[in-house]
Amino acid sequence: MTSVELSQVKKSFGTVDVIKGVDLAIKDGEFVVFVGPSGCGKSTLLRLIAGLEDITAGTLKIGGEVVNEVPPSKRGIAMVFQSYALYPHMSVYNNMAFGMKLAKASKDEIDKRVKAAADILQLTPYLHRLPRALSGGQRQRVAIGRAICRNPEVFLFDEPLSNLDAALRVATRIEIAKLHESMPDTTMIYVTHDQVEAMTLADRIVVLNAGRIEQVGSPMDLYLHPDNLFVARFMGSPAMNTVPCTIDSGGGTPVVTPLGGKPVGVEIDIPDSARGQKGTFGVRPEDLTLTDAGNAIFTGTIQIVEKLGEVTLIYVDCGTANEPVLAKLDGIANLKKGETVHLGAPTRALHVFDAEGKAYRRRD
Amino acid sequence: MAIAGSRKSSGITNHVLVAIIVILWTVPTFGLFVSSLRDKDQLSVSGWWTALTTTESNNTGRAPPPSEQVERDGSFVLAGNLFAEGGSGTVVSFGTRVQNPNEFQAGQTGDIGDGVSLTVNADGSFEMVSPVAFEGSRGQRIFYRAGMPPRFTLDNYREVLASAGIGQSFVNSLTVTIPATIIPILIAAYAAYALAWMKFPGRALLLSLVVGLLVVPLQMSLIPLLKLYNDIGTLFGVDAKTYVGIWIAHTGFGLPLAIYLLRNYIAGLPREIMESARIDGASDFDIFVRIVLPLSLPALASFSIFQFLWVWNDLRVAIVFLGAQNDQLVLTARLVNLLGSRGSNWEILTASAFITILVPLVVFLSLQRFLIRGLLAGSVKG
Repeated sequence: MTSVELSQVKKSFGTVDVIKGVDLAIKDGEFVVFVGPSGCGKSTLLRLIAGLEDITAGTLKIGGEVVNEVPPSKRGIAMVFQSYALYPHMSVYNNMAFGMKLAKASKDEIDKRVKAAADILQLTPYLHRLPRALSGGQRQRVAIGRAICRNPEVFLFDEPLSNLDAALRVATRIEIAKLHESMPDTTMIYVTHDQVEAMTLADRIVVLNAGRIEQVGSPMDLYLHPDNLFVARFMGSPAMNTVPCTIDSGGGTPVVTPLGGKPVGVEIDIPDSARGQKGTFGVRPEDLTLTDAGNAIFTGTIQIVEKLGEVTLIYVDCGTANEPVLAKLDGIANLKKGETVHLGAPTRALHVFDAEGKAYRRRD
Repeated sequence: MAIAGSRKSSGITNHVLVAIIVILWTVPTFGLFVSSLRDKDQLSVSGWWTALTTTESNNTGRAPPPSEQVERDGSFVLAGNLFAEGGSGTVVSFGTRVQNPNEFQAGQTGDIGDGVSLTVNADGSFEMVSPVAFEGSRGQRIFYRAGMPPRFTLDNYREVLASAGIGQSFVNSLTVTIPATIIPILIAAYAAYALAWMKFPGRALLLSLVVGLLVVPLQMSLIPLLKLYNDIGTLFGVDAKTYVGIWIAHTGFGLPLAIYLLRNYIAGLPREIMESARIDGASDFDIFVRIVLPLSLPALASFSIFQFLWVWNDLRVAIVFLGAQNDQLVLTARLVNLLGSRGSNWEILTASAFITILVPLVVFLSLQRFLIRGLLAGSVKG
């Protein structure tokens, strides 16, 4: 039993409320990723679970037991820090053995576990080196190895890949995914601001904003059915185009008119009562394609063209409030600044949010 | 380019500054060392920078009395050696009047009146020749200028260590200094960890108190402290002037700076390391002993050097808290005494002074390797 349950967990530093009441149930063996913008409280939430910060209000249960007052070392957790936090004066071996030595484990037991962890992470040749003689990726592997040695029931990662360069990040990400597969009973909680990490690693993603949970769901769930504007704009890169719109009709054949665009039918459950109300129309850049004037939602002149080889990003001024509409076109599109283009999208790819930013449910 | 240029010029400035500091420090030390090894006669007449050249000095010798004259070829001769009664070197010039020892060059034959001629050779041998017999009971005085070859000796150190009491004082100084360095470091390290990483009410107040104590002048608190110590001592029947007393005094005077410096250093250690250790199950004591202490070695070493030097060179606290008898007189106090009683014996003073600075030198050179930076390399993002 290594579920983690938070109910109405709050945290304040002085008068500043950082976590404003979080309810979350993490199942046994689940890989949960916390994402959110800087300062949203995702790291604080992880530190509350680790016991590095005291919980101001609410209860935290690990494995069914309330652990609000239990010291970190007794919670059955292990944590991997962004900055590795290795003990600089100890060899890799001693770094990994430190916790067990404190717990007065036998020499054989320590040796066995350190060797096993080193084996998994290919650290065996470096066991007697000091951290300063290792590369960044190796250091982070040592940090992960140290956590494995604790044989934790809950594994906590605090932005573990942020200090690595791009190539190492991908490699280490895959290693973490493998690690999760090899330890199916271990619950993992992972904090990141990197969407790719979140999408690829998570069983479920928790999107946090300003100390509150915006939405919890599987990666595809969040991508396809964002609950609200914040999640819609946060998940996906580049961010979803959101344009104020008027709801022309609801019910069976809902139609909305985005600002600067033409009326468009959507496959979304919009109640008839919403007719005539203001809302927000959303469409992901990758769903927009070049089309003819008849099928276009937006028409405008290109402001910027960014060719990335794999895709071409165009910023089109369609008279939609402040931001230009961004479209992500496949391949190398032969377009120039100043050209007029027509952008369209399949009707099932569109999103509509009500005046409060809450999403109308899309039909699948 | 501009940046590169300014960096280069500041590099040169740095080098020049360092060179000046090194010269300012090294030259007097070296001079002291050379002086302490020189012959005391040479030391009193010329500076240490002439130590490798011949020293010239004016001396007086006396020819044998007329009773020892010999007759040779119809002349009367008195012969001898100026260095026969001690002294060495080479005669440069000579004369018979005290005002003018440079009247004749060595090897020359000089007429010294009454038909008497005097020849003095460089090796000191001389011959006085007179056509008539010498009369009188005392020999003629010969003033000469002699050059002494450089001479180095350990005699000064032998004398200083054995008879001037420096040896005993050296031991006394060590007796004061070693505990007075270790005790405050130990206390300060614990306090610094607590002030940096443990949460308890009044922590900020305590810290500001420590900072406040930094500026208490020693002169102001010395006598009240002594009185307090004596009163408490009397209560328990302890002697007024003991080593324990001075240890406590030095500990007290050293603690504010020690706590302040160490706290700042320890507070700068990465938080994640402590948190990681806490998750690994370490108590505050474990963290302190196994992580903070090893990582703070540079700070501990540099403060030990400060404290050691300060206590070793201290005179005020020592003369207030220790007695003047032989078994309590520290080196600095002994030097002061020597300056008074044997102020003209340069060979004693230089040798004593060099013995005094020897220990700080050794301490600094042996601990300076801890001062290198980068002990933290590899712990956090690198």
